Amino acid sequence: MPKALCIRQLTKTYKNGLEALKGIDLDVEPGDFFALLGPNGAGKSTTISIIASLVNKSGGSVSIFGHDLDRDLYAAKRCLGLVPQEFNFNTFEPVQEILVNQAGYYGIPRKEAWKRAEKYLVELGLWEKRKDMARMLSGGMKRRLMIARALVHEPRLLILDEPTAGVDIEIRRSMWQFLKDINQQGCTIILTTHYLEEAETLCRNIAIIDHGRIIENTTMKGLLSQLNTETFVLDLTRPLVHLPDLTGHRLRWVDELTLEADVDRDVSLNRLFVDLNREGIQVRSMRNKTNRLEQLFMHMVDRGRAK
Amino acid sequence: MTNAHSNWIAFKTIIIKEVLRFSRIWIQTILPPVITMGLYFVIFGGLIGARIGEMDGIRYMDFIIPGLIMMAVITNAYANVVSSFYSSKFQRHLEEMLVSPVPNYLIILGFMGGGICRGLAVGVAVTLVSLFFSPLSIHNPAVALSVVVLTAALFSLAGLINGVFARSFDDISIIPTFILTPLTYLGGVFYSISLLPEFWQGVSMFNPILYMVNAFRYGFLGVTDFSLWLSYGIIIGFILALYGIALYLLNKGIGIRQ
Repeated sequence: MPKALCIRQLTKTYKNGLEALKGIDLDVEPGDFFALLGPNGAGKSTTISIIASLVNKSGGSVSIFGHDLDRDLYAAKRCLGLVPQEFNFNTFEPVQEILVNQAGYYGIPRKEAWKRAEKYLVELGLWEKRKDMARMLSGGMKRRLMIARALVHEPRLLILDEPTAGVDIEIRRSMWQFLKDINQQGCTIILTTHYLEEAETLCRNIAIIDHGRIIENTTMKGLLSQLNTETFVLDLTRPLVHLPDLTGHRLRWVDELTLEADVDRDVSLNRLFVDLNREGIQVRSMRNKTNRLEQLFMHMVDRGRAK
Repeated sequence: MTNAHSNWIAFKTIIIKEVLRFSRIWIQTILPPVITMGLYFVIFGGLIGARIGEMDGIRYMDFIIPGLIMMAVITNAYANVVSSFYSSKFQRHLEEMLVSPVPNYLIILGFMGGGICRGLAVGVAVTLVSLFFSPLSIHNPAVALSVVVLTAALFSLAGLINGVFARSFDDISIIPTFILTPLTYLGGVFYSISLLPEFWQGVSMFNPILYMVNAFRYGFLGVTDFSLWLSYGIIIGFILALYGIALYLLNKGIGIRQ
């Protein structure tokens, strides 16, 4: 079975001389939920825009489910749904018409298009807004409208470029569930996001891009296993007078009711709690200081830049 | 589903989208040219025309009606496509088409179809207003209809090319204001070129709108300053040239892809 996405030696140099992509290779398997991460300006959006034929590549090849963009462009396009980073629908068009028109561009007859538009508007909680002009929607609704529009032709590969930017946590989580559901139904998903918790929760495989190069391409589990130390924030039940000196633990004073502890992967948390208990320190609650993926991501980007 | 069937649906979709767009804002798109042309009928045809008498042996009001209809068709076909295409670039919803499997030639034909529909809608509305001033008589309906459709197609394509190059809303008004309007006014809408001195008659021959207005007037009144075939040849020649340019621009991604 062909790869959902196969990129070879993809390069892009803009007219102003900016070398946005410096020969990237990337494979995404069918059915995957794949994260493409990178700092701002790393080349994520350029890569996505080339896949979606919105930007002309300078070199290399891209194929979607075996359809090469140079040789079999229209077949490749039929396989792809795109949710771009910025709103790009006609704000003066009614919501349902936006979906019906999009379906029409893919050759779906108008009667069938109305049905599909209804299906996706219902699923994404926009049915009540179907007759409203798109400009009347809230930010979260506009994001969901773009997802519905990208799905109306039922693509095999869905690319979402920061789909939950500016969306409140409740809607974000409902969108996560929706994306998980369509992924389970067989749709391959590529996600870029700045919410690394989102990538960690949803994605099975990951690539990190920086300065136009792929600097990491592995499984999410494999990547997270590279994390040697985690930092925990400990909320205490009683105020501390001074920082306890616990041999074998790296503790930092944040304030009289809060400590930070760096815990190595091979050290049991039980040992930390036993030692704290011995000093009479009771922990009310504990949380990761940063998302694990975020910690790794920063480390890799810094390492890449140091090179 | 065959590609041809799929493309046909995509083509219809663009046309429907365009027609709904200008219909939704009919107060901005259909009504103003009807009022403007109504005023031309009253002032030039009724008040001044009564003193002018005849032009080429035809009552002045009857002489200007085809020209004014054509003027409305030209400006509205052009305006529809240039504003729609540029807005879709500006708001980035042109990307809806660019990511989809709609071939570039269909995008061009779809926008052109939208421009023709708006041109014809305005043309019919202006014709209905003209009935208050003169009874409708069409000498050759096939010529009148074919010329008006082809002319609308030509200016729709010109509008699209303007939309491709436009980088601001100012850019979409420069050509209509400084090129299209003067060419239309000097295109024999209000006078027969036989009234002009020989030199200016020669200069007028380079104005393509002159041939369109004359051919359309032939369809209405059966009189023209030029051979009908010359007019058709010029209109179709321009259409093919503009279509070729538009297709080249879209294929190259000029103005729409980086």
